[in-house]
Amino acid sequence: NSTLVVAEHDETKLAPITLNAITAASKLGNEVSVLVTGANATKVAEQVAKVNGVKRVLVAQDEKLKNNLPERVAPVILASQKQFNFTAITAGSSAFGRGVIPRVAAKLDVSSISDVTEVHSADSFTRTLYAGNAVKKVKSTAPIKLLTFRGTSFEPAKEGGSGAVENAPSADIKTDLSEFLGQELSKSERPDLATAKVVVSGGRGLKSGDNFKLIYDLADKLGAGVGASRAAVDAGYVPNDMQVGQTGKIVAPELYIAIGISGAIQHLAGMKDSKVIVAINKDPDAPIFQVADIGLKADLFKAVPELTAALP
Amino acid sequence: MKILVGVKRVVDYAVKIRVKPDRSGVVTEGVQHSMNPFDEIALEEAVKLKEKKLATEVVAFSLGGPKSAEVLRTALAKGADKAVHVQVTDAEAGKLESFHVAKALQKIVEQEKFDAVFLGKQAIDDDSSQTAPILAGLLEWPQALYASKVEDAGAGHMKVTREIDGGLDTIKVKVPFVLSADLRLNEPRYATLPNIMKAKKKPLKNIPIKDLNVDITPQTETLEVTEPPVRQAGGFVDDVSALVAKLKEKGFVKA
Repeated sequence: NSTLVVAEHDETKLAPITLNAITAASKLGNEVSVLVTGANATKVAEQVAKVNGVKRVLVAQDEKLKNNLPERVAPVILASQKQFNFTAITAGSSAFGRGVIPRVAAKLDVSSISDVTEVHSADSFTRTLYAGNAVKKVKSTAPIKLLTFRGTSFEPAKEGGSGAVENAPSADIKTDLSEFLGQELSKSERPDLATAKVVVSGGRGLKSGDNFKLIYDLADKLGAGVGASRAAVDAGYVPNDMQVGQTGKIVAPELYIAIGISGAIQHLAGMKDSKVIVAINKDPDAPIFQVADIGLKADLFKAVPELTAALP
Repeated sequence: MKILVGVKRVVDYAVKIRVKPDRSGVVTEGVQHSMNPFDEIALEEAVKLKEKKLATEVVAFSLGGPKSAEVLRTALAKGADKAVHVQVTDAEAGKLESFHVAKALQKIVEQEKFDAVFLGKQAIDDDSSQTAPILAGLLEWPQALYASKVEDAGAGHMKVTREIDGGLDTIKVKVPFVLSADLRLNEPRYATLPNIMKAKKKPLKNIPIKDLNVDITPQTETLEVTEPPVRQAGGFVDDVSALVAKLKEKGFVKA
């Protein structure tokens, strides 16, 4: 009995969310196998083999799998399933995982469960509803569990494994359905928002995109990732991939600093699982203060530069 | 191109969610409902494609209890030509999984020969975000998820820009295809009063789920639905130096 984790990577490095998914998958109780697909899968597979708890790494290296389009990865997963009869097929709940796992579920005629936040046993899980305003515990009777795991809910698996690397069974990969044309990733030297230990976010209180410099300066002092509220994104201050909230990214860092963010339900849904929340806002009645561990009622244009200067 | 658009009736986004004391679910009786906002975006995109003559017909689909007809009428008022209501009882509706919705969509697609299915990227009630990729798998069609831009790429292909974790990517998909709409794809229009009146005359077909031969046996049983843990506010500090002292105390800043 084995659980499969489908790895996500950028052809050189394993995506951090796969490490979270490996931890979650090991809680299902069976040994963990990881499938790495891609044009440069072998290199990533070597990294995966060293992850604690990984018993077997399946590699499907093929030029056709470059960029891991779901239409092409799904047949590889299905071929692997045919050979190994995994009891569960899982991935991180990222754009990649949420695209490929349900597609495979359809082919296996089972009902998949997305964005699992807790694994209780091999068949019972917790996930959230209504943007985190309700928490649901479910039992799956599906013959194979097809799951995606929320990255922030599970610790990343550590190094220290020595999994065996072998080739995945060959699959018939059709290339006519979809084609990858290109991507524009936000270039940033800062930690990735979804996995950063500290996140500094700005809201509409910043008043302009230029003023986000205050946020960046503070973030750089703290080695933090930078986020934003939907209001700041909608106002055009920053791009959408920085959005924290129900319709953006869900984050749960050790420290979350909300600046000029009032704390709409939609934003709280994306950050309320952070360990420590700091809020800086000039309105003492802003809802963000109801979830903040440390509140500072102040004009951000004065307080933030002062804070940045005060940090070592 | 004939487009089928899935629209779900959900608790309105502005409603404060309350969990039932018996932990069986969320209170939905006597609560304002509306069309899932992401489905509104999917619908708007289909209607826009029709206005640009890239689509010939837009059909709205909903699977749900009797009141799902309301969101279908809204869809008709916002530009859908026809509507299909696949009917279940309210009790059955409460137990539906993305898997079942995708299967019902698949049947309608096969019966009426659609070239594309547009859905919201997720419903704001169950937040599952699964129906589009499941449907694409069932139909063996390409999937363009989290779409923020849709363009004609010629020769039976569409070019779709997608919102992914670190930015955007662009793919080309072969028609027929499944699309899921992200927030930035467009701004949905409001239904005008004349259009609401006209919508009453547009065809709305009712199909009981048993006529589609879709098995809606649950594969996921709800054990309990609870409130999330409540955070306690920690109170205010007086100034920036007090904030820095707190951050030091908690180990985020070196003392």
